[in-house]
Amino acid sequence: MNSLRTCPVNSSRALQFATWALSASAPLQAQAKSKKTLSKPGVRNVVLVEGVRTPFLQAGTTYADLMAHDLARGALQGLLNRTAFPKEAVDYIVYGTVIQEVKTSNVAREAALGAGFSDKTPAHTVTMACISSNQAMTTAVGLVASGQCDAVVAGGVEFMSDVPIRHSRKMRKMMLSLNRARTLGARLSLLGSLRLSHLVPELPAVSEFSTAEMMGHSADRLAAAFGISRLDQDEFALRSHVLAKKAQDEGLLTDIVDFKVPGKDIVSKDNGIRPSTMEQMSKLKPAFIKPHGTVTAANSSYLTDGASAVLIMSEEKALAMGYKPKAYLSDSFSDFLFHGKLTKMRCVSFSPTYAIPKVLERSGLTLADIDAFEFHEAFAGQVLANLTAMESDWFAQNCMGRKAKVGAPPMEKFNLWGGSLSLGHPFAATGCRLVTMVAHRLKKEGGQYGLVAACAAGGQGHAMLVEACPQ
Amino acid sequence: MAGVRGLGLLSRLTVRQRYSLFTDASRRNFSVTSSLMARTHVNYEIKGDVAVIRINDPTSKVNTLSVHMQKEMTEIMDEIWANNAITSAVLISSKPGCFIAGADINMIQACKSTEEVTNLSQEGQKMFEKIEKSPKPVIAAINGSCLGGGLELAIACQYRVATKNKKTVLGTPEVLLGLLPGAGGTQRLPKMIGLPGAFDMMLTGRNIRSDKAKKMGLVHQLVDTLGPGLKSPEERTIEYLEEIAVDCARGIVNKKIPLAKEKSMMQKIQDYIMSYPFVRNQIYSTVQKKVMKQTKGLYPAPLKIIECVKAGMEQGLDAGYLAESQNFGKLAMTSESRALIGLYHGQVACKKNRFGVPKKDVKTLAILGAGLMGAGIAQVSVDKGINTILKDTTLEGLNRGQQQVYKGLNDKTKKKSITSFERDSTLSSLTGQLDYSGFQKADMVIEAVFEDIAIKHKVLREVEAVTSPECIFASNTSALPIKDIAAASTRPEKVVGMHYFSPVDKMQLLEIITTDKTSKDTTASAVAVGLKQGKIIIVVGDGPGFYTTRCLAPMLAEAVRVLQEGVDPKKLDSLTTGFGFPVGAATLADEVGIDVAAHVAEDLGKAFGSRFGGGDPELLKTMVEKGFKGRKSGKGCYLYQPGLKHKDVNPELEEILELYKMTPNPAVSSDSDVQYRLVSRFVNEAVLCLQEGILANPVEGDIGAVFGLGFPPCLGGPFRFVDTFGADKLVEKMRRFEEVYGNQFTPCSLLLDHAKDPSKKFHK
Repeated sequence: MNSLRTCPVNSSRALQFATWALSASAPLQAQAKSKKTLSKPGVRNVVLVEGVRTPFLQAGTTYADLMAHDLARGALQGLLNRTAFPKEAVDYIVYGTVIQEVKTSNVAREAALGAGFSDKTPAHTVTMACISSNQAMTTAVGLVASGQCDAVVAGGVEFMSDVPIRHSRKMRKMMLSLNRARTLGARLSLLGSLRLSHLVPELPAVSEFSTAEMMGHSADRLAAAFGISRLDQDEFALRSHVLAKKAQDEGLLTDIVDFKVPGKDIVSKDNGIRPSTMEQMSKLKPAFIKPHGTVTAANSSYLTDGASAVLIMSEEKALAMGYKPKAYLSDSFSDFLFHGKLTKMRCVSFSPTYAIPKVLERSGLTLADIDAFEFHEAFAGQVLANLTAMESDWFAQNCMGRKAKVGAPPMEKFNLWGGSLSLGHPFAATGCRLVTMVAHRLKKEGGQYGLVAACAAGGQGHAMLVEACPQ
Repeated sequence: MAGVRGLGLLSRLTVRQRYSLFTDASRRNFSVTSSLMARTHVNYEIKGDVAVIRINDPTSKVNTLSVHMQKEMTEIMDEIWANNAITSAVLISSKPGCFIAGADINMIQACKSTEEVTNLSQEGQKMFEKIEKSPKPVIAAINGSCLGGGLELAIACQYRVATKNKKTVLGTPEVLLGLLPGAGGTQRLPKMIGLPGAFDMMLTGRNIRSDKAKKMGLVHQLVDTLGPGLKSPEERTIEYLEEIAVDCARGIVNKKIPLAKEKSMMQKIQDYIMSYPFVRNQIYSTVQKKVMKQTKGLYPAPLKIIECVKAGMEQGLDAGYLAESQNFGKLAMTSESRALIGLYHGQVACKKNRFGVPKKDVKTLAILGAGLMGAGIAQVSVDKGINTILKDTTLEGLNRGQQQVYKGLNDKTKKKSITSFERDSTLSSLTGQLDYSGFQKADMVIEAVFEDIAIKHKVLREVEAVTSPECIFASNTSALPIKDIAAASTRPEKVVGMHYFSPVDKMQLLEIITTDKTSKDTTASAVAVGLKQGKIIIVVGDGPGFYTTRCLAPMLAEAVRVLQEGVDPKKLDSLTTGFGFPVGAATLADEVGIDVAAHVAEDLGKAFGSRFGGGDPELLKTMVEKGFKGRKSGKGCYLYQPGLKHKDVNPELEEILELYKMTPNPAVSSDSDVQYRLVSRFVNEAVLCLQEGILANPVEGDIGAVFGLGFPPCLGGPFRFVDTFGADKLVEKMRRFEEVYGNQFTPCSLLLDHAKDPSKKFHK
């Protein structure tokens, strides 16, 4: 077995393999894996030590008066508290955000300092729409694998209760010229050019810049392209809520850390999980494509406030410091699917289908090797369209240039503790939630490999393989 | 040449002929052998209680309302009405990109008399009226072009669902063929979208995108186009459209979807105002005046359209239908309609590459000179995704050229025909530079440098030094013979002329000039590039002025003489526009540029001698010396002031004209004579080009003259004009002018042949 690895510090993996070989009684391991481990010779093993998140709340509820970096601080502090990790041992911090609060444009740094991290630890902010924190983790994995860092904190925050609403361009231009105007006369003449239309505010874009299409609109078209019915979507959304509720009640959502809202209560639970009935859901009108669309408020993810953080380390260092890592973060892949001609045809929400086969092929695994799937659920229709596409040979051959389909994940392994539809979807915080959740699920269910996939605006997607660490 | 642009609409017309006679014959055989045989053009499937009628003409890329299709449609509608299990119907096309592109033009052309056409129209009216009054709702599900008869069918249906797609356009382009919507269109449209909207649609013939159509009340619901799912996007989109339309059909039957739309406040006000006959009459007369002003009464169709609408609105539907069918019959027999239909067919022919597929696709195109022409060529190239290098010698010139390309695309963004993102990504295929770097990758180089043979030779040598041996060198010259340019080349088989017209993004014509050394593959490549740029192409032989410039030069020389004889520029313009030219001769000279005209006149004068004489070439030279170079310099025959639409005659021109004054001969100076002096020289030169083999056929001659030079579209081009007007009558006029002015009016021998034998026609 040692011949498999040249990396010296991998003793625990050998142990792990032995455990799996022994524990044949667990149903999930009955199946032989294509590969015994994803560890690669000559590359440091990167582990997820811990992952936490603040409770995800619907926008405009208890978090309403906070700011983005407050939530980020909560997640970062929560991570430190839970791991009792020495602050000065953090080598780097990468944090994601989508809708930027202009006052804290490098929210990573502001939140880190506020959370009491060392001012000697550099921090940068990444943005890649809904996969911002996936990208933060990918960056962290790279930093550790390349040996530049031993411990990196990654995470993401989204705060939808307050978004930057700007003055119109005309107004801004006038105000900036006013700054430069020297004489009273010049100022007065500038003020004289003020028109009522200058006062119309500019809202943050609800539609994608390049395609001018709204996310929900695109998801509705995607669902229609694959013939996903309203009923299927409502059923899938209901499943998400029911499973999330069950997980919540059973106390499985252990990644949550309490958050004390100044002047208000301590929040310790997600507040968007609301299993409804099919009858109630069927009453809703389509939210984007009227009157015949199928995407409604009930089968879409909602605007959410929340933050998440993970501690990513080299296995060597983690073990040396006495931590029991949760999972190996093995291979991560952001795929890019964007095409001038295609943009209007199929833009967002679709890239997991493209990213998954790539990440599987690179690691030498097949879909059957995966024990736990955690997909981001932006819209029920979008998830189902992805699953349908993965099951389609026609799609694989005509749209992906592959010989045959990849196959879709079986539902009994899929998002078993709820998903973005029910738990909520703070854009840049979801990625870390997915990875932590898949690690927890592997541990709970006794599986070895987990697959995380998420889509993002701009036609991008992310897939990551996670391998459980020995218990 | 703004007026010519109007005709550009023709190009968007997709009415297509059905070819071969014997497919028809074989079809007839089929129906004889078995009346139960599956229908070929129209079929239907019953989905629950909804009949889905699918239209698909197997003989063509587009669906047209032919006799055959109408017959099958009628049969099917009868079956649907008779079947109690069916409560509603959906009408849809199985062809991606085309619902129904219009009536079958050949069907109309085949008719010999007014009565026959009137009859056709009445049959159409009856059929559509039955659909309109159908007790079972009929839903038109529109994806792709829905034009002419197709639109008339759609608006006869109770409900319309259309895809949101650039290819889904609705329109009544009949007027562009000198006809009118003859199957109830003139009656239904005004009621559906109001008088002003209906007049706008029917008189301009423009295509309306589906989102606009929804706003106008022409369609009820829009459906998004879909990306690939488990089938191709086109297939799935049609399927999706069908699903939605079937749902709508059920909704209408269940009374869940109301057919009468709640009218907006604006509409109610408009309806109220329109209820006064006085207001309506005011509209008719305003529209009539506008049409007369624009067409000078040379086009009968717009006036007939107004007449039909008026009859229907004021005297009731029966009178309206009668007027429509009778006028349709009359129009179909007019020479104007024949001319316009001829142009339409010619245009379709000139959109094909008769030289076959080139061996190598032009992926990278380099353009020398970022002037008006160079930048224009760059714009139409990047627009179609060709990697384009734009090279100039100065930074200022390059900057101006790149700005022109940007502006051209940005104007499209402002009109919302493309998004700002599409603009930016289109612009990314343009590279501006001052040197020859990257030219080794160019598949074709088009030069648009100054019209001087020495400069042309210099750039040709420079280009050949840096490009691959396969690279084609095309010259955008308007008069220099290509063989003279090719003389400096080491690979003359790769040299070709590509004469674009200004403004390149608006003018549809491209004149390709081949020398006897130009290889067939080079020509095929040049045509392929032109087609990609969206041009209508004529391929002509080499010679001074090629075809277009050569025809224009004698006419302009005559125009100068007319000015010298004391006719003021405004009068000259009104005489030419009165004949049907979209732009008057004096304005045209200003647009082309007096310096260019002087240059060309001198060059061609040298080449062709006294035959190209007329006005004094010194007059043009004097104008150029004084800086009157036309619109670009702000002064020419007219004064141009930025921001002012109205233009006054340049007062200083009168002083110059005074210097060059000639005495008119009263025998040939009536208004009509002046018109024919101008036109006959143009036409004679065109016929001579055919005689000398510069032109391959009369069709290209007509297309070149109309789309490149603005020859009156209602006359269909110089060759059709000779056919219609009579070669003998034209020769007679020319002989009269010849007596006064000499050999400039000597008819060429081909024209004389046609004059001698009236059975000889350029167009069969």
